[in-house]
Amino acid sequence: METATTPPLVAVQGVSKVYVRGTQRLEVLHHVDLDIPRGDFLALMGPSGSGKTTLLNMIAGLDVPTEGSITVAGTRIDRLSSGELARWRAAHVGFVFQFYNLLPALSALKNVELPLLLTRLSAARRRRSASAALELVGLKDRTAHKPGELSGGQQQRVAIARAIVSDPTLLVCDEPTGDLDRQSAEDVLTLLQRLNREYGKTMIMVTHDPKAAEFAQRTLHLDKGTLVEQTA
Amino acid sequence: MKYLHLLFAALFRKKTRTVLTLLSVTAAFALFGLLDTVRVAFSAPETVSGIDRLIVASRFSIIQPLPYAQLARIGSVPGVKGVTYANWFGGIYQDPKNFFANIAVEPRSYLELYPELVMPAGEREAFLKTRTGAIVGASLAERFGWKVGDKIPLKATIFPHPDGSNLWTFDLVGIYRAGEEALRGIEQQLLFRYDYFDEGRLFGQGTVGWYIVKVSDPDRAEQVAQAIDRLFANSADETKTQGERDFQRSFAKQIGDIGLIVTAIMGAVFFTLLLLTGNTMAQSIRERIPELAVLKTIGFSNPTVLALVLSESVLLLTLGGLCGLVLARLSLPVIRTASGGQLDVAMRPETWLLGLGLMSLIGVAVGLPPAWRAMRLRIVDALAGR
Repeated sequence: METATTPPLVAVQGVSKVYVRGTQRLEVLHHVDLDIPRGDFLALMGPSGSGKTTLLNMIAGLDVPTEGSITVAGTRIDRLSSGELARWRAAHVGFVFQFYNLLPALSALKNVELPLLLTRLSAARRRRSASAALELVGLKDRTAHKPGELSGGQQQRVAIARAIVSDPTLLVCDEPTGDLDRQSAEDVLTLLQRLNREYGKTMIMVTHDPKAAEFAQRTLHLDKGTLVEQTA
Repeated sequence: MKYLHLLFAALFRKKTRTVLTLLSVTAAFALFGLLDTVRVAFSAPETVSGIDRLIVASRFSIIQPLPYAQLARIGSVPGVKGVTYANWFGGIYQDPKNFFANIAVEPRSYLELYPELVMPAGEREAFLKTRTGAIVGASLAERFGWKVGDKIPLKATIFPHPDGSNLWTFDLVGIYRAGEEALRGIEQQLLFRYDYFDEGRLFGQGTVGWYIVKVSDPDRAEQVAQAIDRLFANSADETKTQGERDFQRSFAKQIGDIGLIVTAIMGAVFFTLLLLTGNTMAQSIRERIPELAVLKTIGFSNPTVLALVLSESVLLLTLGGLCGLVLARLSLPVIRTASGGQLDVAMRPETWLLGLGLMSLIGVAVGLPPAWRAMRLRIVDALAGR
């Protein structure tokens, strides 16, 4: 964790998000302010529709705020164009989804290698890095397996390997254990915690599960688009 | 190149569907390969350069006869080594389906100009002496089980006898073989004597269908051809002198504009292919919206996603198309053998190039709508399944 004098890795200031569907105007986030220091493991909790995934998407550069600013590692990402955002995401963000979202036709190794295709690394370097990432998540012996040949927990670990393979600044996880049994969920959360503690990865995790949130350093609650509570 | 495995993985995600689509593309391009080979063969520029045998026919139409009186004048043109003549008969043997060429020829000069018609000396002599005699190619004799001594009745479709009857009977006096394997096509014809034909027909006496000219120097064939045509310029019987292959093409063109027919058939085939592959691509992309959203999430830009989908579509068309063209190329010798050498065409580079162009064009055309959709995909909506 950084000291109070160093700027936060993520600075969300006065962010609102309004969706307009026909004549309906739906405010999903309302003037949210949030600082996330480097090395933090933050759990975002809240009921369905509270805006936690929307906030996560905006911090990850998948969506843009209607109002306010988001700065990540010194970059105002709310001002970036679509192409700039794509490049920024490739360089700075690793994603873990609830349903793993692996490409079913590719092996575990090729899935993990995907983000590296956007770099200038040679094929051999890409393969080495992907193998190392799979080894880190304990799946060194599953490199040739396709997602359909792996259990849910293993697929999620492949997804985590894909998220960390390019050494991103920030790891965002949207309900990473939402589709897993208790044991697999615990394995995945332990892995995420290890990545945070041992490798200093900054993580934001959206979850419904209080037990999952216990693995984070701190938990924020959102309700109706507003941050309501902070649990240390 | 580093995305190639992504393209193949996407393409063969649903193997059965992709294989079936590939088979359709292969079939379409195999048909294209064969038909375009015919089209190119028929649209090749006419030339007589380097040819030692020329055909002199009417300038206006190959069915327009020429007067026999032209024979001596053609023979007197410098550079002409020999002249003979022939007339299309168009007779039917038993059934119109039994089509083969039957031609009235002046036997002595014709056999001299066509040394590739190889036959025993005795049979050759019999042809020269028998007024009702006819000779046939070995392939044709084999096809109908004919042997020397048989009588061959042909029903005339153009030239009846003066008494109105259509039945012409010929005595088979010889069976020839083609001197070279490549000329097997000439074994599919029946040749009979012009004097018997000319005396026995109701009309047209003293005319011939075309002249065949042997030139002494193939390098001067162009000048000889021009000299012959100049000889009859502005007369009632103007001539057009061309190479044998060009003459055969003109003959085949009587059935219509080959290029137009081929283009029309291929247009229909490719339109169907467009709809089929377009539907396949659209369905494939629709099923992979979440996967494309993941690619965009991890940093693939909109143009990259557009290019990936377009490349996938072009790859599908190229794989199937190349298989089709190779199949067409491989079947040409088979067709040539099956047709007794009559369909002796080769696939030229322009067919390969046009084929590759069409593969790219159709690939882009069918890939563009789903690629555009993939490019404009909103990640958040796609990931949420909206």
